[in-house]
Amino acid sequence: MIYNASSFIYLLKQQGINFFSGVPCSILTGIIRELIDDDSVTYVSSTREDEAVGIASGAYMAGKSPVVLMQNSGLGNSLNVLTSLSLIYKIPCLMLVSWRGYKGKDAPEHLIAGDISEKILRVAGIPFFVLEKENIENVIMSAMKLMKEKSIPVVILIKNGVLG
Amino acid sequence: MKRAEAIKTVLTVLSDELVVHANGLICRESFVINDRPQNFYMIGSMGLAASIGLGIAVSKPERKIVVFDGDGNVLMNMGTLAQIGTLCPENFYHFVFDNEVYGSTGNQPTLTNVIELEKVARASGYIKTYRAINSGELRVIAEECLKIKGPVFILVKVNTEYDKKIERVSHAPEEIKKRFMAVI
Ligand SMILES: Cc1ncc(C[n+]2csc(CCOP(=O)(O)OP(=O)(O)O)c2C)c(N)n1
Ligand SMILES: [Mg+2]
Repeated sequence: MIYNASSFIYLLKQQGINFFSGVPCSILTGIIRELIDDDSVTYVSSTREDEAVGIASGAYMAGKSPVVLMQNSGLGNSLNVLTSLSLIYKIPCLMLVSWRGYKGKDAPEHLIAGDISEKILRVAGIPFFVLEKENIENVIMSAMKLMKEKSIPVVILIKNGVLG
Repeated sequence: MKRAEAIKTVLTVLSDELVVHANGLICRESFVINDRPQNFYMIGSMGLAASIGLGIAVSKPERKIVVFDGDGNVLMNMGTLAQIGTLCPENFYHFVFDNEVYGSTGNQPTLTNVIELEKVARASGYIKTYRAINSGELRVIAEECLKIKGPVFILVKVNTEYDKKIERVSHAPEEIKKRFMAVI
């Protein structure tokens, strides 16, 4: 099945996700537009990516199942909160991270970050999956399962065009 | 007034409100004064206590959320004031213990000898802001502000004195989270 923003969000909601926070990226425009219009979930916009992880962590402790949305350039902004809050307190969240600079084809400001995104996550000890058109359901299920088992953040990297 | 005295004054007024603490000495002093399960000691992620509090506040509208913040912490993540003021959670009470320094790392000056953070909060949309400079005043303000709808911002001017031998929070982070979640 081909997923668009709306059916993708539906899939997340079926998995129990009910809270979203994040900073926009052009790759995530469709998802965020849907979320703002969706009365069945809470979407709290954020001024920075680490703030979004902080907000999501509060929501988790208050019983929500949160997602954080960000551009991969925001991973750097989030390293401190991930290492000194999420990982040590074991506070999970599903992180939907758009992957600008994938394979070196993008604007100059995205090239280095695009190249090192996976490395950053590996070094920080944050598990990640790469979303492809063909594996969307599998990736969501696997990421949610791992997130619940380990009780830590799990990243799904989203390249441009994967969500049709 | 010492920051420990200010923390004690506010804690005396509280009942079962949830309190998210900024990192550094604020955590440690509150832990020593009254180690409540409703206390979330944020020992890392400087600047994010109010953001964590916001996430709780919007998810649990029936609970009152208190944040014990520091001036350095607020300055590190000032965008979150705009976020809180705009979302306007009624159950959000933001105390900032302002000693005008990064007290936990050796009293390097912040900017709050010049910048009045309660004005930033007001401009950001907080419903009401207060400024307390002694413990008598703080007690009255704490009692009053918890009865009104927030978000409320209380700037508490404190000095830099503290017990140099103060212990660290002895609970492991996971334990802090577990007992906090059990009382939310
Ligand atoms: C990202 C980051 N930078 C620096 C520090 C070091 N640090 C710990 S507490 C603190 C000062 C906090 O200042 P403030 O919020 O004013 O609280 P005070 O110690 O004055 O009560 C600093 C700089 C840190 N923990 N994390
Ligand atoms: Mg200070």
